[in-house]
Amino acid sequence: MPEISLPDSLKDVEPVKSVRTPAQLDYEFTAGDATTRFLRGITQKKIIGQRATADSRVYVPPRGADPELGQATPIEVEVAQVGTVTSFCVVNLQFYGSVMEIPYVSALILLDGADLSIMHLIQEVPADEVHIGMRVEAVWRDDADIEPTLESIKWFKPNGEPDDTSVRIPGEDHGTGLGSWVGGVAPTEALVRNPRTGEGGTSK
Amino acid sequence: MRDIAVISFAQTPARRKVAELNEVEMLMPAVHTALGQVDMTIDDIGFTCSGSTDYLAGVGFSFVSTLDSVGPWPPIQESHVEMDGAWALYEAWVKLQLGELDTALVYCYSKSSPGDLPMVLTRQLDPILTGPLWPDSVSLAAVQAQAWLDAEKGTEEDMAAVAARSRRSALDNPNAQLAWDRSVEDHLADGYHIAPLRKGDCPPITDGAAAIVLAAGDVARDKVERPAWIRGIDHRIEPIHLGLRDLTVSASTRIAASKAGVADGPVDVAELHAPFSHQELILREALDLGDDVSVNPSGGALAANVMMAAGLIRIGEVANRITAGEANRGVAHATSGPCLQQNLVTVLEGDA
Repeated sequence: MPEISLPDSLKDVEPVKSVRTPAQLDYEFTAGDATTRFLRGITQKKIIGQRATADSRVYVPPRGADPELGQATPIEVEVAQVGTVTSFCVVNLQFYGSVMEIPYVSALILLDGADLSIMHLIQEVPADEVHIGMRVEAVWRDDADIEPTLESIKWFKPNGEPDDTSVRIPGEDHGTGLGSWVGGVAPTEALVRNPRTGEGGTSK
Repeated sequence: MRDIAVISFAQTPARRKVAELNEVEMLMPAVHTALGQVDMTIDDIGFTCSGSTDYLAGVGFSFVSTLDSVGPWPPIQESHVEMDGAWALYEAWVKLQLGELDTALVYCYSKSSPGDLPMVLTRQLDPILTGPLWPDSVSLAAVQAQAWLDAEKGTEEDMAAVAARSRRSALDNPNAQLAWDRSVEDHLADGYHIAPLRKGDCPPITDGAAAIVLAAGDVARDKVERPAWIRGIDHRIEPIHLGLRDLTVSASTRIAASKAGVADGPVDVAELHAPFSHQELILREALDLGDDVSVNPSGGALAANVMMAAGLIRIGEVANRITAGEANRGVAHATSGPCLQQNLVTVLEGDA
């Protein structure tokens, strides 16, 4: 550390070692077109995905653009309220803002008819029994409490159907991940079909 | 240096508040139009670079979801700057200079409407001494304007003339937000907003988006008849502490202009990113622009001030005039930070 020399006027002043500068900014967030249409469906207790074209992927929840085509998603498709757990996490830590009793399970759920998993809670089953492939169904709030929010679905619960043993992870059909090199060939070239041009890829 | 040109530019109409669309929905028309004008898709683009900041809309990692606008799957070569799109264009220009790629897409956007913009902008100040005071961006500009007046660099009448001319020029710009024909006397008759600034000296708060396509050499010549070649580009930054700077001049603009070669030829048109009227006059001096130069024919940032995009729009406005044959050589300037802290200068030129 270099020697710091202070002017005489600061000689006996206690040095400032840290400062706290709290900041708060308030925003008025608007949902936008795609999310607004999705949330209107929720108020009807319908889960409505969106797609860009008749044969492109169905996004739930829709964010406004299809990342494969770079296009808006004007076509609405109602998907099932039943789906498959594709991944999950058992939460064992309480954190700020959380109202859940631990342990609880947060899961990615691929609804039948959708190409994108939604994240939601799994309840009405012990946390250690949740597993990939488990079939689950939406549990809605009472009708009087339905609002334009995904929280109108309280959670998902096992629906008793046998496991989906061929659980399809969204994106798997164009490669399991960016790190998956195949025979020394980069994943983009080896596995990923370009949905716009139809070029490339070894998978369907 | 490789020949690299702006071959396409698109922007969304500037609006005070785009409430019915999210950011990616607002951005898509700009990206699609910029690509469509030169008959290209994302599959023809070698590198994509965007400029935005999460602070404006208050949405974390918003640039990730707006990337969906281009169709980034399968993975593309892509980058993002927490800066105006003019700096994203700089990164793309450097990338193309490497010689591996021939085309780049640059886009940028912001929604300032969800938050309190002058307060949000305090978060770019130094977090120890200035930020905790929450000095809003208009008040800081007023400090600069007062220093400029005290130094007898110009008068309030000079500032009013800039404000009046900018809004009058904007009448010809269908994308402008503030456009009217109002005399200097009318402007001066308004009371101060934050002295010595009148409301007319200040920019509007704007939501919008813009996109540019860059191409190298023959690719550019194939796509457009008259590419707007980037002949020089440079950016410089000054200290974050306002007290360390002479606010009445723009030293960083002067250096950037010299490095970019502004004085190496005649300047027909200049688009200056000057959100406040006195800043245009500071910039004109720093760029050493003569009275014969057409300054801000679009109306400039006083007519539409899309944060994170107003700088790129300046480059696009100059490029459009060159491509249309209305100008042969032009200067585009972009700024960032309080009181013209950081400045980027681009020199664009058409083929003779």
